[in-house]
Amino acid sequence: MTDSNPKADIKRVDPTMNPSKANPKLSKEQQQVFIDANTPRRNDPEATSWHDTVYQILSSTWLVSVLSVVFAFIIGGILIIAANAEVHVAAEHFTENPGGFFAVCWDTFAKAYFSLFSGSVLNFNGADFAKMIEPLTSTLTRATPLIFAGLGLAVGFKASLFNIGGQGQIVMGALLSALIGFSFDLPAGLLLPMCVIGGFVGGAFWGFIPGILKAKTQANEVIVTIMLNYVALNFIRWALLNPVYQKEGQNVPIAKPMSENAIYPKVFGAAFTTNFSFIVALIAVAVVWWLVNRSYLGFEMRAVGLNPFAAQNAGIKVNSIYLWTMIISGGLCGLAATSSVLVPGTGVSQDVASTFGFDAITVALLGRSNPIGTCLAAILFGALKAGGYVMQAQTQTPIDVVQIIQALVVMFIAAPPLVRKIFHLPQPIGKDILEEVA
Amino acid sequence: MKLELKGITKNFGDFRANDNITFTAESGKIHALLGENGAGKTTLMNILFGLLRPDAGEILIDGVVQKFSGPNDSMASGIGMVHQHFMLIPVFTVAQNLILGNEPVKSLGVIDIKTARKSVKDISDRFGFDVNADDLVEDLPVGVRQRVEIIKALSRDAEILILDEPTAVLTPQEISELIQILKQLKEAGKIIIFITHKLKEVQEVADEITIIRRGQVVGSAKPSDSESEMAALVVGRKVSLTTDKKPAQPSEVALEFKNVSLVEKTGAIRLQDISFQVRKGEILGIAGVQGNGQTELSEVLLGLLHPTQGDIVLNGKSLLKMSVKERLNEGVGFIPEDRNLYGLVEDFSVEENLVLDSFDRLPYGKFGSIKPKAIRASALDMAQKFDIRLFNVADKARSLSGGNQQKVVVARELNRPLQLFVASQPTRGLDVGSIEFIHQEIVAQRDNGLPVLIISTELDEIYDLSDRIAVMYRGHIVGIVDSSTDRSTIGLMMAGIDPSQSKTGKAA
Repeated sequence: MTDSNPKADIKRVDPTMNPSKANPKLSKEQQQVFIDANTPRRNDPEATSWHDTVYQILSSTWLVSVLSVVFAFIIGGILIIAANAEVHVAAEHFTENPGGFFAVCWDTFAKAYFSLFSGSVLNFNGADFAKMIEPLTSTLTRATPLIFAGLGLAVGFKASLFNIGGQGQIVMGALLSALIGFSFDLPAGLLLPMCVIGGFVGGAFWGFIPGILKAKTQANEVIVTIMLNYVALNFIRWALLNPVYQKEGQNVPIAKPMSENAIYPKVFGAAFTTNFSFIVALIAVAVVWWLVNRSYLGFEMRAVGLNPFAAQNAGIKVNSIYLWTMIISGGLCGLAATSSVLVPGTGVSQDVASTFGFDAITVALLGRSNPIGTCLAAILFGALKAGGYVMQAQTQTPIDVVQIIQALVVMFIAAPPLVRKIFHLPQPIGKDILEEVA
Repeated sequence: MKLELKGITKNFGDFRANDNITFTAESGKIHALLGENGAGKTTLMNILFGLLRPDAGEILIDGVVQKFSGPNDSMASGIGMVHQHFMLIPVFTVAQNLILGNEPVKSLGVIDIKTARKSVKDISDRFGFDVNADDLVEDLPVGVRQRVEIIKALSRDAEILILDEPTAVLTPQEISELIQILKQLKEAGKIIIFITHKLKEVQEVADEITIIRRGQVVGSAKPSDSESEMAALVVGRKVSLTTDKKPAQPSEVALEFKNVSLVEKTGAIRLQDISFQVRKGEILGIAGVQGNGQTELSEVLLGLLHPTQGDIVLNGKSLLKMSVKERLNEGVGFIPEDRNLYGLVEDFSVEENLVLDSFDRLPYGKFGSIKPKAIRASALDMAQKFDIRLFNVADKARSLSGGNQQKVVVARELNRPLQLFVASQPTRGLDVGSIEFIHQEIVAQRDNGLPVLIISTELDEIYDLSDRIAVMYRGHIVGIVDSSTDRSTIGLMMAGIDPSQSKTGKAA
């Protein structure tokens, strides 16, 4: 409470807070000279509420993350049962045969999740080993863009930046990656890495904009990134009708196909969809882990994220950290584009970003913005996507249930006290008590 | 009325925060609970206020055992608490805050704000609080916010008023106003429990003193007892309240401020033509009432603010064009005035905080990568050398007590090769034992031949450490005097009157 902020309006960087308001009750002279405003800045709800929420999510225990997923699946299961036609029939005969009703419920529940599992991990009915593990490779394929974009979000969270611009950064990454991919005639050993780097650079450029605006003008990155999503989306619509991108002889937005040398090779052979971008994603996990936990930049990012004032006092250039974090965050999101752009076929399309940029928020939060946790969360979400289709086909369970489960996961991880209450977990020791103990 | 605590015991895991605490407080008396940070005072008060339940022991009011299952119960029994961190909503008026959580409702669910305003006025008039019911809390200075908290407690008919470290956030003037208020409340027959670690305040305000150390009552004292007797009880050993130091051996000028001014674009003058020199081997203390430009002075020195005029020279080099990092590399050691906000990343581990400004140099980092093993080894070393009491250097800095947090900041700054040591409010909010330790460290730096600049609003601290004293008032230096100058002269200077000039005025 001794925080005083009499000089926010001078040159001091005041990254998260509003400049202190002038005090109307004081005389003009008092205002002119020295006001020990004693404004409690960190308690200013307007300034810090979402920072606090995100921080709370990221600092809760692993157990909460795991239980959130478990609980989301349980509720999802109830919805599956409620949506099932056979269950409706059995419910009508509930009074005559209650045991039968519960048997049908259990049957529906088990079948749905079994098909989800067999569609995302292991197909027990597969003719050969390749067919059996095909679902797993499908999961990894779908997880790959989420790993990249999730890492991008996670890096942002470390510096307390909320990059909602994943969508736009993916689009820009895709455009640059594709441009390189169909414009140059180079050997694969050169062209493919160039395309991957192009994806990073495209996304990084789209992260640079909110980064530089935040660094120079304290513009809120949340708002800028949201708006840049729209800019990117309209830009790709325009670009795909432009001769640079548009395939010759087309009047619809169809892009030029990639050069053969810009295609990711398959990881597990031609039979499976998983391409080399998955390996690049795993490398990115390792690099981000090093970046966050071991590099100078990561140390500075974490310090800035937790207390920009102390970081600044320790000689860390807070604004340049914001800028670099946004560049890296955007670049990782841009890499997400490469896994669907650098494939044979029609080339970049205007829905290249799908909902990866938004799903990445959930993925990074579920993974507690830890690179390995984020990777695992992305694989879980990839499995939900891969298995969802199979579940729909085999059990007529609407695929929307999968989206509901994802939404419930977000809801529960955003409310750790709720999960604790449901599972009777002990309250973590409060800050005041810790202070007293020490 | 009589409040008794009998054998209160509270454990957190293996840690016994309160061990068989017993004391009695009576109406019309101010009862001080004195103890170091972390002695268990706040736990005890949270038990009394119903926020925590004791593992053993009981609370009696007028001989009746009380069972509190929450603050509402304790409030119903007439206990009111003024927390160290105020529980007020800044955008609400005083009256709105007063009824918060207990809103009187007229018909149709309309809140009866009139009664609340009247209640603020009545209490404010009765005790001379000078609080206006319609002021927004965010516009009020801290001292007045605290009075709002007191009014809030009194409006719920509190007979027992607990104040947790009430002076920690107040300026000296506000402290004396608070003490007046407490004396009035005492005369009105309230029981006042005053929690603090400051000996001077206890002597000034308390009628009875209970001293707590490591969760136990270690004795009681009278206000007439000497400070050093009380300090010995609080800390558990004899402490020196003044720092022993040899006469300074100043050599050449190291730091020089040359006509430094800082004027905002709005025309507000923050610093005005500041000039002074600090020599190697001497301590220059900067005294002044808080908010007279000391913060700005320290920040232009570190490079957080940029002066609009003048120059700052360290060992012949101008610092002005340098970034914060470059200045730290030049050997500026800096203890910021607010350690929680500017000194520490509280959610970083202790070891990370110990390298916050040196993680990117050997032995802590190499080729862009930090070296956790080297950081750990050095942290363990520093924790021992600076007597930082902790369980584990990997624990968050947040979990340390204020004194130990400040030792982390001091250890970090002194661990680098320094050319200048600057400390702003180095012991604010610290207990006697930590103050003693930090003062000794500062004097040791001077004796090693460093130029030292101390900025403090505590005149005791200025006298205790300084070889020369500069007094700031409204952004300029009123004068620089020898530390043998008496308090009344310094006091006049703090009010902006330069005694040397007024003397010549008389002579003429």
